[in-house]
Amino acid sequence: MNRVRKFDLSVLAASIAIFAALQGMIFTGIIGPFWELNIILICINIILAVSLNLINGYTGQFSIGHAGFMAVGAYTSAVITVKLGLPYELGLVVATISAGFLGFLIGLPTLRLNGDYLAIATLGLGEIIRICILNIDYVGGASGLMGIPRLTTFAYVFWIMIGVIFFIKNFKNSAPGRCCLAIRENEIAADTMGINTTKYKVLAFTLGASFAGTAGALFSHYFFLAHPASFTFMRSFDILTMVVLGGLGSMTGSITGAILLTFISAFLSDFPEWRMIIYSVTMIILMLYRPQGLFGNKELSLKMFGLGGKGNG
Amino acid sequence: MDTLLQQFFQQLINGISLGSIYALIALGYTMIYGIIKLINFAHGDIYMIGAYFGFFATTQLGLGFIPAIILSMAGAAIVGIIIERVAYRPMRNAPRIAILITAIGVSFFLEYSMILLVSPQPRTFPAVFTPTVYHFGPLVANSQQLVILISALILMVALSYIVNSTKAGKAMRAVSFDADAARLMGINIDRVISMTFALGSALAAAGGVLVGVYYNSIDPLMGMMPGLKAFVAAVLGGIGIIPGAMMGGIILGVVEAMVSGFLSSTFRDAAAFGILILILLYKPAGLLGKNVREKV
Repeated sequence: MNRVRKFDLSVLAASIAIFAALQGMIFTGIIGPFWELNIILICINIILAVSLNLINGYTGQFSIGHAGFMAVGAYTSAVITVKLGLPYELGLVVATISAGFLGFLIGLPTLRLNGDYLAIATLGLGEIIRICILNIDYVGGASGLMGIPRLTTFAYVFWIMIGVIFFIKNFKNSAPGRCCLAIRENEIAADTMGINTTKYKVLAFTLGASFAGTAGALFSHYFFLAHPASFTFMRSFDILTMVVLGGLGSMTGSITGAILLTFISAFLSDFPEWRMIIYSVTMIILMLYRPQGLFGNKELSLKMFGLGGKGNG
Repeated sequence: MDTLLQQFFQQLINGISLGSIYALIALGYTMIYGIIKLINFAHGDIYMIGAYFGFFATTQLGLGFIPAIILSMAGAAIVGIIIERVAYRPMRNAPRIAILITAIGVSFFLEYSMILLVSPQPRTFPAVFTPTVYHFGPLVANSQQLVILISALILMVALSYIVNSTKAGKAMRAVSFDADAARLMGINIDRVISMTFALGSALAAAGGVLVGVYYNSIDPLMGMMPGLKAFVAAVLGGIGIIPGAMMGGIILGVVEAMVSGFLSSTFRDAAAFGILILILLYKPAGLLGKNVREKV
């Protein structure tokens, strides 16, 4: 227990150091607006990837509707700040809760499905959410909700990201988290051991969905608008790719995947016509040669380097 | 009341012609899923490539409708075989999710290479028929709709013949029933899978050409939505079941036409996915599927 605390504290200290360094560089202008945008995007993507990893990697429920929950968060928070004029913090909380609630409502019936069927059902639901938003005139319909103030700062994004990472890490090591892992390994066996599989699947799904909502709120309050076209299934695929690239079931893998893919996109933004081609070829080659992702389901740790690749999965 | 009924039948005609295109794409999905249990996300893009083959065959080579559709089917079949060889075959024993990601990757690759090759602008598909409008009493059908219906019917009958009455079709059914047992019986599984991809891709390409004829416009991203919807159609009919895919396609087309005719065309896509969710919840094996109890 003590060792775990110590580890947590050292990670916290490291993140404070990283935060101070990045924030300092943003203040002094060493990091220009382009890279500042990308750093914020990386943080948002990390929140999304880590929360999807909770559903796909830890619980083994293959969901590809994450963009839908992100959209719910983006829009509810925007309604709170723009239409109702309430504070941003409240918007973040309500975005999280409403996306989580929707995740609960959707998860309850759909999580009876498994494998490919669940994947395609969540994909469909994500699209339904988007199409419904598209048809609500109150939030701008097809032209999107504009005039959202830029309230998301680097500090917000960074500390919310750290919070989400810690929450999910601790969740994984808690009793419900272990139940989720058991469901991933073998659902029938978990069921016979007395685990209420539906309960824990829905729990993981709800948590994942609510963090996606948070990410959506951060997203819309950085880019000034919430537009239905930002939340198509392409974005869900993007998040899924980050998770799978890093390795399903590996938290550090998801983080690395999010950082790597956002950087690749940023570097390739000068060659828009080649960007998606290189992106997709990378994806295919990676899957051909390393289908378990970069880290498999192992966590990246100092031990991994210290033992000279022994812990390398 | 009379006009409402008339509109209903009119939408039925529109829906059936749209649905038969979904059915053509869904057939490929269902066959590929039946044989290697893969949701081939790239299938919708094969349909797009088929449409482009048809477009170039008519504009550059000056071919008529029938030679163009045959050329496009042949071209797409080759593309399908290459995709299976390069991307899916090395992953035969990989985890399912990895294959699914590969399929998504292939889909992006096809879409964006086409954007690079033929520009993202939509192209106008040449009118291969003189558009004639037929009146059946108060109802209207145009020649494109009839051509779609007739071509789809011919292709479906041909496919049923291949699958049910030829030796190759028997091999396909055997592999989809039990791949290991089929291998033990001396069936070359790799060849059967290639053939399935070829057949499925050819049907999708035919669907692409027909859509080009119907809507007169094609673009590199045209395959995304129809691809997903065709998958919905395949699930609706019972995935892996060939008559199910035909039925599912037609039902989906009709429902979509009804929704856009009586409600609003923006809800069209939502209706398709709504059907998907309902069918998955209440009859996950599909309309024609049998429930299989999970064994430990």
